[in-house]
Amino acid sequence: MSEAAVQMNASDEEQVKSAKSETILYVDGVSVTFDGFRALNNLSFYVEPGELRAIIGPNGAGKTTMMDIITGKTRPDTGDVLFKSEIDLTKMDEAEIANLGIGRKFQKPTVFESHTVFDNLLLACSGGRGVFQALFHRLSDAEKIKIEKALVTIMLEDKRDEMAANLSHGQKQWLEIGMLLMQEPELLLVDEPVAGMTDSETEETAKLLRSISKEYSVVVVEHDMEFVRDLDCKVTVLHEGSVLAEGRLDHVQNDPRVIEVYLGR
Amino acid sequence: MTDYRQKYQMTPVIGWLMNDRGGMILLGILIAAAILVPASNLLLPESSAFHVPTWMVSLLGKYLCYALLALSVDLIWGFCGILSLGHGAFFALGGYAMGMYLMRQIGDRGVYGDPILPDFMVFLNWQELPWYWYGFDMFWFAIVMAMFVPGLLAFVFGFLAFRSRVTGVYLSIITQAMTYALLLAFFRNDMGFGGNNGLTDFKDLLGYSLQSDGTRAGLFVASCVFLGICYTVARGITQSRLGKVLIAIRDAESRVRFTGYRVEYYKLFVFTVSAVMAGIAGALYVPQVGIINPGEFAPALSIEIVIWVAVGGRGTLYGAVLGAFIVNYAKTFFTGAMPDFWLFFLGGLFIAVTLFLPKGVIGAIPAFGSADRQSIITTWRKRRANQGGKA
Repeated sequence: MSEAAVQMNASDEEQVKSAKSETILYVDGVSVTFDGFRALNNLSFYVEPGELRAIIGPNGAGKTTMMDIITGKTRPDTGDVLFKSEIDLTKMDEAEIANLGIGRKFQKPTVFESHTVFDNLLLACSGGRGVFQALFHRLSDAEKIKIEKALVTIMLEDKRDEMAANLSHGQKQWLEIGMLLMQEPELLLVDEPVAGMTDSETEETAKLLRSISKEYSVVVVEHDMEFVRDLDCKVTVLHEGSVLAEGRLDHVQNDPRVIEVYLGR
Repeated sequence: MTDYRQKYQMTPVIGWLMNDRGGMILLGILIAAAILVPASNLLLPESSAFHVPTWMVSLLGKYLCYALLALSVDLIWGFCGILSLGHGAFFALGGYAMGMYLMRQIGDRGVYGDPILPDFMVFLNWQELPWYWYGFDMFWFAIVMAMFVPGLLAFVFGFLAFRSRVTGVYLSIITQAMTYALLLAFFRNDMGFGGNNGLTDFKDLLGYSLQSDGTRAGLFVASCVFLGICYTVARGITQSRLGKVLIAIRDAESRVRFTGYRVEYYKLFVFTVSAVMAGIAGALYVPQVGIINPGEFAPALSIEIVIWVAVGGRGTLYGAVLGAFIVNYAKTFFTGAMPDFWLFFLGGLFIAVTLFLPKGVIGAIPAFGSADRQSIITTWRKRRANQGGKA
């Protein structure tokens, strides 16, 4: 091997290293198979700190499986998933990953329906998760202030004592986002936040996510192109378990392969 | 609501009791019963219209034990969605611990007159006491074991089940299997628990004759006291942040996990506490009925407990107590008046409650059908609909 080649290799490695050290989420070569079906096929992408990223793709592209792998619900067959460039997520379970600072919003709004909005946020509030800590927990002023602040952010301050079951679909989605914020995550994974929302709710949600992404890194999985346009961010297109294209929405939309995948079926 | 929270902040225990009308009524009734029933039994002449006969004291005491058992099931089923169909096992284990103490109390007054060995061991030609019978000559040890053994079984069983994320109907089935396995084990003579016949012919407790009115009244009072204490503990648990996590687990388990809680630890905690309560109920039950045998492990009995809770109204704690009294009073009445009719009545009652009183008897009383309870039911309905949709 010539000296130049060695040097190149070294600089390549350095580049990879520096790319890794700047990422909040680093997914590399991830594959997973369910009963012979390849849900993810050598999927690689990374998200920088403070970035808002939209992930789109047709049904069955592996969007939800990807979320499952990042949050520890599913284990990949091969590949690396690193949080903050060094923490290996593939060896941890849901609760551990959640406590690291990765929050996940489900596709269907999932809130605690028999609790008030306030209690929903209280339960999500970062802090002790131990059984006995919870048994002897008393509401602190700091927690109260934090919850009130979140209530304002998610536009539910007048619903604080309402049962979550009585909220509208859109309000439940916001509440769930609020619960994620209470966990003080560094990375938020949001799965189809506007499915079933009215147009005005969709707009409000885009605004909400954009404002959240000033403080946190956010990955949004979505079908709705209008909404993705409102988000105004970098887009990753998934198809059959791997990345098909990446870039600004206009750029991606003009990619012939993306057009084929979306329109050709 | 805000008011309540402020109160809760200042004086947690009084706060959550004050906000619990059903609980206040229950505790009031228990205190009144603990004073009036023994007083009328012991102080009033038998001719008096207000005299409570001794058999009635024991019968009510038995109901109180069932009520405590129902309470323990409601704590896990109503608040955490764990439907145990094997809680009779914890009850029976508590009962056996007490039974073993009562056997040792017999001393040399047994039929065979052996100072150490219970009659059934002499009959089986055993030469010495098995190691696990040691210590049961001491009352405190028996009481500790009546709580420790069910608690330990629940802890080990729960640890394995909850860690493997066994939920729903699968969990119910393995709890049935657990109690059935214990039933078969306790039937065996060489287990050393009296086999088929169980433990009986008890003479006295702490030196007081079990036949005397005074001892029976004392056991009744103890049952009231323990039901009151366990109710307060259960209420405290459900009102704490831990209780809120339990309800959250019941409604959306995966959300709780992704929020960073270790769901299995929470389930394990409440399952173990519940088993300890069931064990206490069993220990109070045995001296009042005078026998414990493997029949108490019967799977059907464990299912009956769930019916008590459903009839009373799950997720309220006091509803479970009421349900235990209603169903068991009906059982006493029907098995006396129309023995063949009882099982039909029980089955019919369960269907009727499910169809017409989904919130139980308590839910049918307007003052108790609070918004909170209503939302629990709607949540359950929705979840069932969702599950149906997925499948």
